[in-house]
Amino acid sequence: MDKLINDFSFGLFFWQILLFILLLWLLTKYAWKPILDAVNSREEGIKEALEQAEKAREEMAELKAGNEKILKEARAEREAMLKEARDIKDKLITEAKDEAKIQANNMIEMAKNSIELEKQSAITDLKNHVAELSVEIAEKVIKKELSAKDQQLDLIKKMLDEATLK
Amino acid sequence: MQSKFLIKFLTFFIFLFTVNSFAQHEKVESVDEKAEAKAEIKEAVYHHIQDSHEFTFFHDSETGKYYGFSLPVILWDNGLHMFSASKFHHGEEIVESKGNYYKLYHNKIYKTNAEGELELNEHGHPENEKPLDFSITKNVFMIMVIGLLMFLLFSSLAKSLSKGSIATGIGRFFEPIILFIRDDIAIPNIGEEHYKKYMPFLLTIFFFIWFANLFGLTPLSVNITGNIAITLALALLTFIITQFSGNKNYWKHIFWMPGVPWPMKIILAPIELIGVFIKPFALMIRLYANIMAGHVVLMSIIGLVFIFKNWVGGSLTFLLAFVLSILELLVALLQAYIFTMLSALYFGFAVEEHEHEEAH
Repeated sequence: MDKLINDFSFGLFFWQILLFILLLWLLTKYAWKPILDAVNSREEGIKEALEQAEKAREEMAELKAGNEKILKEARAEREAMLKEARDIKDKLITEAKDEAKIQANNMIEMAKNSIELEKQSAITDLKNHVAELSVEIAEKVIKKELSAKDQQLDLIKKMLDEATLK
Repeated sequence: MQSKFLIKFLTFFIFLFTVNSFAQHEKVESVDEKAEAKAEIKEAVYHHIQDSHEFTFFHDSETGKYYGFSLPVILWDNGLHMFSASKFHHGEEIVESKGNYYKLYHNKIYKTNAEGELELNEHGHPENEKPLDFSITKNVFMIMVIGLLMFLLFSSLAKSLSKGSIATGIGRFFEPIILFIRDDIAIPNIGEEHYKKYMPFLLTIFFFIWFANLFGLTPLSVNITGNIAITLALALLTFIITQFSGNKNYWKHIFWMPGVPWPMKIILAPIELIGVFIKPFALMIRLYANIMAGHVVLMSIIGLVFIFKNWVGGSLTFLLAFVLSILELLVALLQAYIFTMLSALYFGFAVEEHEHEEAH
């Protein structure tokens, strides 16, 4: 300890303090501050770049998901449209069929009616014709057989009754 | 494979030792010579660890010639005295300056009479008055060299970082160390909030101690950080910064420890107060003792070469010195790290915010 105190040099202590503080000041101003600032800004830059990359990736994923959604929607829409078209087609066909059937039925009905009418008129014509024929026959009979007048009339009457169409 | 190598290695050593013992038998008559060599080595080691007014690279004791250069002597003794240390002629001559006489004795300057008489006490230390010595000694010179080196190195790193965001050249080696000090010393010990204002001090002290330690291992034979004045100055700076940055909690923990019963508070206050001074004192002694011891051991082992004076012992001690030098390289870094780490820790105590008061 005695030697330690004897060896202690105040001058060296003084110089060390002075030079160290000077060095500290110089280095702080010209080295440490610029170095630490540069390192800090670099680290921040890296951090920012990483964050941005992460953000871009997220955006990309979002975009992809959106695309897929749109695609899915489009597909669903297409499906729906196709289905609708099919439905419409089916409906149209059915409707057409029904209408056709009704029309056909109507036509058949009309045809039937006209046939009936034709038939009736034909019957009437025929009746008239028969009546005329009968009259002619009767005339001829009358002309030919005036002797047996009573018998002839009964016969005509009988024949006319028989000729009546059902 | 490895055990074979080990056996070979051991055999080699056993052979060496036997040769060595034979060699020593032959040299029994040179005991006096050896004692002389031992005394010389002791003197050389003692001189090496001390500061000096000369920068000596080698010294030829046979011709008495010194190879190196003298440094300026600056004394304050009722006025400023300045002269070159070469005037002392390595302590052989008395220097007269403005009517005062000075003598260099064991690297210390003493005020003497015109005849240069020294009154030695029982410890062998002169009783003469010592003028205040502000000389640019070898250590002061080396501090300047280190300062200049650090300034050039780190300002160039700053410049290269300002140009592009990536360091170039030697800065690539130092930049990770700066980041290490920030991320593994300053931030964990001081905290994210306050560490920034201590960074310049921590960086400066780390690199200063490390470079000074490394210069101590060069053949320039300087011993900067193994000098108590240097370590006292460094520890004092840490002490002053710690006390000036101490917040309310820091002082409260010293004088009125929260969370303990009041008799304990009274007992703890002086202990804590002593602790405040012991912490920097330990810093000072730790660095001084480690570097000083390293230098003494290394120098003594190198000195053994001159005692053995044969190629076997010489090469063995050389090997030992080599291994120790590598160890000292590690110690140089380790001590710088410890000093910086503990300084950061003390700053951390000073600025710590105690939100966890009830946890004590």
